[in-house]
Parts: sequence; C-alpha cells; structure tokens
Amino acid sequence: MSAADTQLAAGDPPKHYLNNGLTIRSWLLSVDHKRIAILYLISLTIFFLLGGAAAALFRMDLVTPEADVLQSETYNKLFTMHGIVMIFFFLVPSIPAVMGNFLVPVMIGAKDVAFPRLNLLSWYVFMTGGLIALGAIIMGGVDTGWTFYTPYSSMYANSHVILAVAGAFIAGFSSIMTGLNFIVTIQKMRAPGLTWFRLPLFIWAMYATSLVVILGTPVVAITLVMIFVERFFGFGIFDPALGGDPVLFQHLFWFYSHPAVYIMILPSMGVVSEIISCFSRRRLYGYTFVAFSSLAIAVIGFFVWGHHMFVSSQSVYAGLVFSFLTFFVAIPTAIKMLNWVMTMYKGSVSFETPMLYAYGFLGLFVIGGLTGLFLSTMATDIHLHDTYFVVAHFHYVMVGGGVMGFLGALHFWWPKIIGKLYPEGWAKFAAIVIFIGFNLTFMPQFQMGYHGMPRRYHTYAEEFQVFHVMSTAGATVLGAGYLIMAAYLFWSLFKGKKASANPWDARGLEWETASPPPTENFLETPKVTQDAYAYDMPSVTCPPGAKSEAERV
Amino acid sequence: MSSHSNAHVAHHFENAEQQRQSAQLGMWIFLVTEVMFFGGLFAAYTIYRSLYPEAWVVGSHLLSIKLGGFNTAVLLASSLTMAMAVHAAQTDKQKASANWIILTMLLGFVFLGVKVVEYAGKIDHHLVPGPHFFVDPMAELAKLEAAGIQVGQHLRHAFEGANPNHIQLFYSLYFAMTGMHAVHMIIGAGIMLWLLVNTRKGVYSSQYFNPVEVSGLYWHFVDIVWIFLFPMLYLIGRH
Ligand SMILES: [Cu+2]
Repeated sequence: MSAADTQLAAGDPPKHYLNNGLTIRSWLLSVDHKRIAILYLISLTIFFLLGGAAAALFRMDLVTPEADVLQSETYNKLFTMHGIVMIFFFLVPSIPAVMGNFLVPVMIGAKDVAFPRLNLLSWYVFMTGGLIALGAIIMGGVDTGWTFYTPYSSMYANSHVILAVAGAFIAGFSSIMTGLNFIVTIQKMRAPGLTWFRLPLFIWAMYATSLVVILGTPVVAITLVMIFVERFFGFGIFDPALGGDPVLFQHLFWFYSHPAVYIMILPSMGVVSEIISCFSRRRLYGYTFVAFSSLAIAVIGFFVWGHHMFVSSQSVYAGLVFSFLTFFVAIPTAIKMLNWVMTMYKGSVSFETPMLYAYGFLGLFVIGGLTGLFLSTMATDIHLHDTYFVVAHFHYVMVGGGVMGFLGALHFWWPKIIGKLYPEGWAKFAAIVIFIGFNLTFMPQFQMGYHGMPRRYHTYAEEFQVFHVMSTAGATVLGAGYLIMAAYLFWSLFKGKKASANPWDARGLEWETASPPPTENFLETPKVTQDAYAYDMPSVTCPPGAKSEAERV
Repeated sequence: MSSHSNAHVAHHFENAEQQRQSAQLGMWIFLVTEVMFFGGLFAAYTIYRSLYPEAWVVGSHLLSIKLGGFNTAVLLASSLTMAMAVHAAQTDKQKASANWIILTMLLGFVFLGVKVVEYAGKIDHHLVPGPHFFVDPMAELAKLEAAGIQVGQHLRHAFEGANPNHIQLFYSLYFAMTGMHAVHMIIGAGIMLWLLVNTRKGVYSSQYFNPVEVSGLYWHFVDIVWIFLFPMLYLIGRH
C-alpha cells in the first residue's frame, strides 16, 4: 500500500472530492476543478450519444443508393447536427474540459485552477450554448452543414441557422474561459521545483491548445456575429449584391476551424506521450522536441487555413503558399511520432487498455495525417475535394486521433478520477472492437471518395453501394464497441475494485495523491525534485518491484 | 498586517502576490482574445476598403466628424479618470476612488448618448443597411458644395465613382464595428457599477485592489479600440 493510502486508511472513511458533499447543489455550484471535470464528462457523454445517434440514422439510410427512411431535407439536417454536436459540443471541449480540468492543477501540484468560479461559469456557458443548439435541432433543425457557409447560411437557408450559430458562438466562450484559465494556471501556479522542462508533456500540450483556443475562437465568434447581423438585420458583409464576398466568410471561418483541428488533436498527443512513456517504462525520448513541437503546431497551424479553399476562387499563388505551409506543419507532427516510437524502442512495452488506445492512435493518426498530404497537394485536391476521401481523412484525424486519445486518457486516469478499477479484460475487448469497427467504417470511404462519391449526398450511384454497406456495418461494430465501454465503465462505478494511489506504477504528481484525490488535491504542497517520466527511478508511491495492480488482477 | 493581507487571498493561491499576478495575466490574455475578436471586423474593413476606396470616401463624408471627435475626447478623458480611480484605490483613498469611478461611468454614458444621437441621424437619413438603405452620392456632393466645402477633383471623382451598394457595405461595417464597441462600453459601465458598490462597501484597500486594476485594463482597451475606429471610419476617407 502506498503512503497516501495508509494515511487515509488509518482514519475514518477517506474524505475525497467525490464524497465531499453529496447533494445535487454541491455538484452544480462546486468550484472544484475535479467536480467541474465530472460535470463536463457527463454532459459530453450525452452530446456524444446525440451526435452518434444522428450518424447512426443517416448511415442506416445510406445502405441503399436511394432514399429509404429519411427525406433529403432530414438527411441534410442530420449530417449538420452530427457535425455541429460532435465538433463544437464534444471534440473541442473533450480532453481539455474533462481531462485538462481534472489533471492540470493536480499535475502541477496546485490546489485548483487560477479562476475556479470562471471555470464553473464555463460549464454553464457551455450548457447554455448546447441547449440553444439542441433547441435549434428540436425546432426543426439546421441544414447548412457544420461549416455554415455563406451565402446559403446568411441568406437562403430556411432553417434555424440563427439559433445554431448562437449556440456555437456561446459555446466558444466556454472554451475561451477554459483556455485562459489553463494558461494562467500553468504559468503562475506550478509547485516549487516544477520548472517548465519538468512539466509532463500533457501540460505542454494543454498550454499549446489553450494558445490556439484564445487566438482562434474569438475570430470564429465575430464571424458568427457577422452571419447573425446579416441574417437578422440585413447587413451585407458577405452579400455579393452589395459587393460583399462570401469567400471572406470561408477565410474567417477556416482561420479558426483549421487551428480547431489542433484544439482537438494536440491534447490527444499530450495524452499519448503520458501513456507511451508509462507503458514502455521509459523516459520519453526527446522530451524538449516533443514539447516544442506542440508549440510549433499551434503556431504554424494558424497559417494553413487556405488549404480548405483551393477550389474557392482563392488565388493560385496563395494556394501554393498554403499548400507548402500545410506540408510544413506535418514536420512537428512527424517529430512527435518519431519520439513516441523511439520511446517504445528497447522499452518494456505492455498491452494494457490505455496503451492499446495509444497504439490505435499511432496507427490511425498516421493514416489520417498522410492522407492529409494528398489533400494539401493542390492538384490531387481538385480531384478529391468534397468527396468521401475528405470525410474519411478527417475522421481518421478526429476520431482516430482525437477520440482514441480521449478514450486512452479516460482509461489511464479512470482509477484516479473515480477511485475504482475498470475490468481490464472487457476494456481490451472493447478497444479492439472499436479499432476494427472504426477502420471498417472509414477505410471504404477513402476508396469511394477516390472513385468520386461526393460527400453530403443523400442518394448515390449504385457502384458505391458495396462501400456504403461496409461503412454502415463498420459503424454498427463501432457503436457496439462504445456501448460495451459505456456499460463496463458504468458497472465499475459501483462494483469496480478499489484503486490504489498509483495503480500503473506511473510517475507524475497526480499519482502521488490518493485515488480519488482529496478536494484540495494534496494534503501539503508537493516539492518537485526530478524530471518528468523518471521511470528509471523508484516511484514515490509504489514500492520498487511491485507489479502494477492491473497486472495482478 | 498578515491577517489583513491574507483575508483576500483565495484558498487556492499561495499568497497575495501570486493572486495579483494571476489576475493581471488573466486580464491580459482576455484582452488578447478581444484583439482577435475585433480583428475579424478589422480584416473585413481592410479588404473592402482596398476594394472600394470611393465608397469609403463617401461613407466617411456622411459621418459627423464633430460628434466623433467629441466622443474621442470624452473617451480619452474617461481613460484618465479610470487611471485616477486605480491610483486612488492603490493608495487607500477609497472615497476618491469611488468618485473617479462615478466620473468614468458618467463619461461612458456621455459617449453612449452621443452614439445614440449619431445612430438616430443615420436612421433618419436611411443610412442603416437593409431594405430601407438609400444614398445618392451626387446629391450628397451637392450638399457638401452648398455647405461651402471646397470640393477638389479627387473628391469629385470619388463621389461620381462610388457604388451605393458599396456605401451600404461601408455602413454595414460601421454599424457592426461601432455597435460591437458600444456593447463593450455598456459592459464596461456595468463593471464600473460593480466596482462602485464594492468600493463603497470597503472591499478594496492598498492590500487588495486587483479588480479595480484589471477593470482599468479593460476600460483602457475599449478606449483604444475607439482610438482605431475613429480615424478608420471618420478620418481616413477624408484624405
Ligand atoms: Cu485544415
């Protein structure tokens, strides 16, 4: 038993953040970053289910070339709902608002984030935005696609664009609040001895993500305001009849929405660094390179947005520059890949569930990243633009990268967050099902996109049916995998074996406090004396030679 | 001393200095997001101005340089009173601080009042974008000449070449930018009210004045936005 455990076991029932107040009020008004993380986890799970349900419906309809259960209008509304919900209300907040909220203060040895009330406010703002967007869906839906392209969104669409735009606008402020909180917390509240280059790479990733959030989100916010005034008051900023330019909307939108891809992927990269180092029992190879590549991605990511607009009348010369910079941003990503693989090389790698998700991340993200290069090459993009190839590419990045990282993090830190172990066997099974289901869903989409199947079409030519059937079958498997995972995680809340302070024999301050942590995180402020990932040294909390708890089960 | 200075340190901060630095950094980061927020509008302005310079000339001439100039002076004065309020709070002169806050708030209301007058004028002259927008550049030119203004060759060309639709675009941006700025002024007035209540309650002292200080940063920022808007909308088009 670890020091933290004995200390708690000696007294009365251990006091931790979960049982410090059991009323609903004590949750809804809590400014404890750990409780806010749980609030986010519950709300994001609901949004994920909604977004997934929309996808399930239109995927079902796509089994045959003609329209079956859905009318075309409904089909448009469903893919729009899937995009808006999954991007603005699941992927963007996912790792930062859940894992980041829980882990950033604990990992740096602080008692809370710098602005706890702002943190709680961010959840309320997020829920307000989410409910408004849901209101738009319930009242009849939106059919513009999640990208809200003008002039369709600003002039012609007969759906609840204003409500959906308002929902996304409001939710944006919640990510700004979270990002601002993280930057101040990381800069000003690190424990004594925790210098920048001793920080876990997850913290570096959260810092880089927060930079992107605070620089990008306000731009999409003002862009959505412009759509609003155009639709509501008849202003003409994007209206060609007044000399306005609809393409300006695309520039402003992608100035945020390309960096937003990094809001969704950088946190996952941070998670993968933690997991790979732990389950290879090695210091992370090339720490500084991985740390700075996060910042490099955050910075370069702001100068590549034009690769979404090669066929939108943008000048060829601008296209050339954007194409070059897009290739360029692949370099820091490749540096990370190299360092992860080098960490595993000659490490003692194992196959616990979080590591399975990290492997999944590496494989899928490589495919997602490399197919991105097909799309950033102008000549091939002309052919592949607006086809299922693009759809497959960004799902490999966002699900293969973003969601895999989120699930890896969820499993890695589940014992810390909940204080219970999840059943390892079921978890491995679900991870494999999810991996197979995902590939079966999206691999055929590369193929049919390459052969010319356009995205967002309700009906299609018969030759594509075999791919669509495979894709729908894969989505079914994928959905089953998620449901299995939801079931055993829910089960473990009540029946899971109690977790020790450090079940993985991992390094880092979060493993030096109890599972689940007390409300103030640490009974006394920790002092840091060594670098991150000191897997060559005995752990503070786990006696040398002891096997990890998961292995003993 | 320690009991007094610790009373305002929130439980999660180690000491007052860490709390003060966090508050300041937090506000600066917020202002960065504000720069990016207005940046989107400034980008739209820059692009359309370079595409339709004539319309921008006409648009600028239809704005009242007197009212705009007066408002600029009002806002500059309010920045001074705000700075005085912060200084008074830091030096334990809370009564003076409250008075400076009231003055700042009043100047903010004067600005907003003048803005209402300007907006009302634009409504009367059908210069609000939308179905009722109407502008005849040549008639406006005649008005300028009737008012005894020297109309040079350059200006005449601009009025002759300006497309009314593009002038409407100018006014779309005018209302979006000044409107967004006015929203920030209203929020600023709300913050002043909150500061006033707390100052009267004796919350602030030379040991704890973070809210006054960071609210001051916000107020100055909103002023600076106007310092950019005024020349861009009112002045540049006049030469
Ligand atoms: Cu992109």
